[in-house]
This record gives sequence, structure tokens and C-alpha cells, in this order.
Amino acid sequence: MSPTLEKALTAPHKLEYTYKRSLGPVLSPFFTALRDRRILGVKRRDGRVMVPPKEYDPDTSESLDELVEVSDEGVVTSWSWVATPRRQQPLDRPFAYALVKLDGADTAFLHVVDAGDEGNMETGMRVKARWADETTGMITDFVFVPA
Amino acid sequence: MSDANEAANEPIAVIRTPISLDYHYSAGQSASRFLRAIAQGKLLGQKCPVDGRVYFPSRGACPQHGVTFGDEVVELSDKGTVVTFSIVRVPSENIPLELPYITINVLLDGADTILIHVLDAKLEDVRMGMRVQAVWKPKEEWTTSTANILYFRPIDEPDASYDSYKEHI
Ligand SMILES: [Zn+2]
Repeated sequence: MSPTLEKALTAPHKLEYTYKRSLGPVLSPFFTALRDRRILGVKRRDGRVMVPPKEYDPDTSESLDELVEVSDEGVVTSWSWVATPRRQQPLDRPFAYALVKLDGADTAFLHVVDAGDEGNMETGMRVKARWADETTGMITDFVFVPA
Repeated sequence: MSDANEAANEPIAVIRTPISLDYHYSAGQSASRFLRAIAQGKLLGQKCPVDGRVYFPSRGACPQHGVTFGDEVVELSDKGTVVTFSIVRVPSENIPLELPYITINVLLDGADTILIHVLDAKLEDVRMGMRVQAVWKPKEEWTTSTANILYFRPIDEPDASYDSYKEHI
């Protein structure tokens, strides 16, 4: 046993994985379109549209490549309020993570709603994209706001 | 942050998705003692009470027998023997050395565990059994960090016998 306890030394320790992702034939057009303030989905053989697009049909595993543009407005199907955002979250003020089904899409996708106050959030509410002044082809090029 | 897409009309083929984990690391009692000693230019190991093997750097418990090491420390020499080595010809982001360079597994005199470090020597000279010594930063730059040792360099001593380091290969 140690009778002579001293204060243990501490230091910040930053572990970083500097990943780069190669986007491939479906997600590359999706991110490229974001830069142009447009949102793309992919059409399945049965006509349903998935946003964001996937490279393969989740039921049949067929490869998919028919990209279609959808609206940048839609409906909140589910949401969760983030009252105290953490560092590295998309906004530094309270916001909602919501599943948003865009007009023209058959699936909802998870993104940020900058609603100001939890009282402004409601399932079924309409939201629209608010685009950054300068878009770079990242998902952070837009957030949703109440429409 | 979408690099490689400087031209506004180029399709975006690659995105950067870095993950960064910010820890606040606590060294604990034993490693803190080791680090405080290295700030004084001393290299501390600890002896296992079961088999007497000396572990370097010092740590809280024996990884083989699971017993605590207590307060007894062993001060080691900054001289040692190259057990194995590797010539590095591929750059790493955090190692600011000119290529090619030599990494060594060095067995410090008095220790029973190896230390991985770099060796400043001609590529054609490095060999197993070579005797080496630590080159330290100027004393006024010493901190509680293993970076106080810059690298090792060969010393003018006869090579160690194979038997003296073979169990560490
Ligand atoms: Zn032991």
C-alpha cells in the first residue's frame, strides 16, 4: 500500500480519428446538390423515395441510382428537444432533433430544427430548410426552421 | 470542411468526418511518481515482489501476478541494449523525424521490460545487441514528460551478448 499519496498528475488527452469518407455514386450527388441548396432522394423500384438516398434497396438489396429532387420543406414526424446542447452538437443554443419527412419523400430523416423554444415544436408541424449563406456540400449546409 | 472540392463546380466525392475525443487523463499514483522523477532526469522502474522482475516505466501493479508494487522504486540507467529495431520509411503525422529513421526496442540496464524509442544512427550501423544511451533535452526544458528524452544514440561499448536480451525479442 502507498502511505505517501501525492496528487496524481493530469493532462488533457485528445484522441482524433481524421477520417475522410469517399462518397460513391449516390451520396456524392446528394452532397453536391446540398451545395446548390437542393435535396436529393433516391427512387426505389416501387416508386417510393428515400431521403437521404441509399445505394441499395433495404428490402430487395437491388442497387439504386435514380436520384430525384424533393422539396426542402416537410413535416415533423417525431422530435426530441435538446435543452442543453453539448460542445460539437450542431447548434450552441437549445434545438430539436427531429425526423422530417420532406414533401416528395416517403421516408423521414433526422436533422436539426432551430425552433427557439420547445413550445414551438409539435409533431405534424411544417418545417422548411434554412440554408447557410455559404454552402460547402455538408449536411450542416442547412437546418430546419418552423415554416 | 469538404476539402479536395475547391472548385465550386466539381462534384463532391470526399468529405472529412473527423472524430475527436477529448479526455482529461489522470496518470494515477505510480505513473505520476514516474513522471515527477523524469522531470528530475531520473528513470524509475518498479520491482515485482513475486519474481523480482523490474518493470519500466513504473506502474501500480504487476500485469503478470496482479500484485501491487507498493512504494519501492528502482532507479535505472539511461543506457541500454537494442533488442530489435525497425527502419521507418513511411511518415506519421505526429512524428516529426526526417525519413528514414530507426525505431528501437531498447532494454534499459536494470530493467526487465523494453522501451520503444528512436535511435539516431546510420542505418547500416544499427544491430541487435548494440549499446545505446538516451539523449536528453537541455535540463532547463525538462517537464513531467517522457519527451525529456529526445532519442537514443550509440555508445562506444562492446555489443551485449545475445543471451542477455533474447527473452525480450
Ligand atoms: Zn510479477
